[in-house]
Amino acid sequence: MVDITPPAVARAALPPRWQDYVQLLKPRVMSLVVFTAATGMICAGTPLNPVMGVIAILCIAVGAGASASLNMWYDADIDARMRRTRGRPVPAGRVQAADALALGIVLSLFSVMILGLAINWFAAGLLAFTIFFYAVVYTMWLKRWTAQNIVIGGLAGALPPVIGWAAATGQAPLDAWLLCAIIFMWTPPHFWALSLYTSEDYAAAGVPMLPVTAGAAATRRQIWIYSLLLIPVCLAPVATGLGGTTYLAVSALGGAVFLLLAWRVRSGRAGDAADPRVTDGLYDVQAAARDARNLFAYSILYLTLLFATLLGEHLWGRAAGGLS
Amino acid sequence: MTEPETYSSLPVAGLPGAGSKDAAARARRGRNIAIAIGLVGFVVLVYLVTVFRMGGNVINRPL
Repeated sequence: MVDITPPAVARAALPPRWQDYVQLLKPRVMSLVVFTAATGMICAGTPLNPVMGVIAILCIAVGAGASASLNMWYDADIDARMRRTRGRPVPAGRVQAADALALGIVLSLFSVMILGLAINWFAAGLLAFTIFFYAVVYTMWLKRWTAQNIVIGGLAGALPPVIGWAAATGQAPLDAWLLCAIIFMWTPPHFWALSLYTSEDYAAAGVPMLPVTAGAAATRRQIWIYSLLLIPVCLAPVATGLGGTTYLAVSALGGAVFLLLAWRVRSGRAGDAADPRVTDGLYDVQAAARDARNLFAYSILYLTLLFATLLGEHLWGRAAGGLS
Repeated sequence: MTEPETYSSLPVAGLPGAGSKDAAARARRGRNIAIAIGLVGFVVLVYLVTVFRMGGNVINRPL
């Protein structure tokens, strides 16, 4: 039987508040899932009853929250050793690990069941697979085993637009998988940029992130390679007709900036051991690691811009079609 | 429902006993309200799914 009480977790005297349970669901990640799933649903082009569309998005968001709660249950020992995560409800002792597990299981079952009954079982199956992939394949297996954890595990974060598309149409065509591919290829440079200036935390927690296992130089090289691969994938929706001219401009210009920032990381010293006295205040980022922090911050903006442009183009197209 | 003795008497560092009871009560009240909202939301969700999935078929059935 699995021991559900991580040994390193502290116990706090204060009883849990409802906000602690909300925090278990990683609301910021949920907002990104809602955004990308909604984009997939709108891009599908098949009008879905707005109420049913909201219910589908709600189910996908709750499913994402459920997998986050399962992640926080299982990773409480790791989270307790990292500055970025030690304040989470379980390692901080505000919520019992068993409660996080129960919340994750209950919300997983409800989200999949409601999505299946209300929308369609193909979308529900994809949601169930996503929860399983994140909570079991990534969290329990890949994260502690291989430096390729976020490369393979990134699939879980990349699937919401496919689920949204499937919810609207009952199918997952090439265009849906292109949206998935964009997030999938975006994940490695995004997370490795972060890990370049948080590698001490990952090392302390025993998580085999690339900077810990292969070093900063190899990580910078991998960031550059994945960035080069990312840009053509981001341009691909133009070739299939999913993206229009606005999307072409945003993905090309934004991609050029992405490559510039990735090259600065590639040619810089981000992640190398530096003078521990020199910090700039934000997560104690060494001056040399600012390039990595810039790429990390810009990568979020770039992905948001890509999906917002697609969303805007398709909504505009619908509005124009409705008026004509 | 009565409060378990051990729960309401949880100590809080730096606070007198009355303060800890207040904090526990506030947290419990907040959780209860959140659960109530969740339950009502679920009922509304099932209602909406029923109405929108069935649509006109609710009327078009043999009586």
